[in-house]
Amino acid sequence: MSLVYVGVTSHAPGMTGRAHLVDNTAERDAFYASLDEQRKDIENSGAKALIVVAAEHFANFFMDNMPAFCIGLGDKHEGPIEDPDWLRIEKTEVPGAPDLAKRIAVEVMQTVDIAYAEEWKFDHGIMVPLHFLTPRYDLPIIPVNINCQGPPLTPLSRAWAFGEALRRACDAVPEKVALIGTGGISHWPATPDSGKINEVWDREFLRRLMSQDKEALLSYSDEETYEQAGQGGFEIRTFIAAAAAAQGQGELQYYTAELPIFAVGCTVAKFSLSA
Amino acid sequence: MSLYQLQKCLYNLNRDDAVKCAYEKDRATLLQDYDLTQEEYLALDTGDIGLLYVLGVNGQILMHFAAFLSVEWFDYLNLMRAGIEKHGPVRNGVYAMTGGGQSFTTEGVI
Repeated sequence: MSLVYVGVTSHAPGMTGRAHLVDNTAERDAFYASLDEQRKDIENSGAKALIVVAAEHFANFFMDNMPAFCIGLGDKHEGPIEDPDWLRIEKTEVPGAPDLAKRIAVEVMQTVDIAYAEEWKFDHGIMVPLHFLTPRYDLPIIPVNINCQGPPLTPLSRAWAFGEALRRACDAVPEKVALIGTGGISHWPATPDSGKINEVWDREFLRRLMSQDKEALLSYSDEETYEQAGQGGFEIRTFIAAAAAAQGQGELQYYTAELPIFAVGCTVAKFSLSA
Repeated sequence: MSLYQLQKCLYNLNRDDAVKCAYEKDRATLLQDYDLTQEEYLALDTGDIGLLYVLGVNGQILMHFAAFLSVEWFDYLNLMRAGIEKHGPVRNGVYAMTGGGQSFTTEGVI
């Protein structure tokens, strides 16, 4: 098989931008250590490219033409779009993998209708994970987006189907490929409620995710998610797609609701890959 | 439809350095390209974070705009709270305030 690693991680801008404001530095540093373990896992997988399944925040797509799914075919990407002093990540150029991405996109299209883009600007949704997981920005990145921001949103069942299609496409190429889903679970980002986290909801979602309980994962309605997990909870689509790509059991490596300044329950997990 | 135009302006500004430059140097010319109400125009022209929030600008778009204006994080949160106090609840979209204005972090609480 050519898909050699699948994981999920948080991408909140506070993870870099507000790191210096954290009171609970022990929890922050434990979270960072877990992210570093994830970095090592990706490096040790031998992957030649990393697919980042993201929930971008209006860096590339707007309601004039919002794709349910998009795959980036560019030979390079730039980011972050945010003020570097605010995000505390310098603007940089990140290599793409255009030939590989195109082959993956062609295969995904056999079962899921996608858009593609040869230009892609990274916002915190991709730049924050890369800051921790590929800090030299030297691993080619294939950005992928699921519409988690502009309703009507991509249905959860389609996010699952998309993950399955990504798996099939990765297994059809000879190159070793890693995949990471980035998003938040319950959170109310960019509002006065920033820092609010529904830990009970998060842990139940993660239980369903780690156990590959597809029926339970796809049973959330957007109304229920909004009520219990906020508008940030819509980003569960990226985690669901990652689980569908992996097809194997998950291992929750880190979760804490004790860093509300990061405005999300901080999560690191990986999946075994079923044959 | 007007909120769409308001957000489109901010979307373009957030991702395009040339639009950022236009906002700083010739705001009136930039804003005339968008079909805005007087209230929306005023909010954009003055960088009124609280009013933009109440008008329903998506939080992700607004957060990036606030960063562009060099608004510090806790000031950003307080500007949104002040906007609600002055103008009433968020009128549109999914980024409504649900916590009654309280802080959910220990940091930044005076």
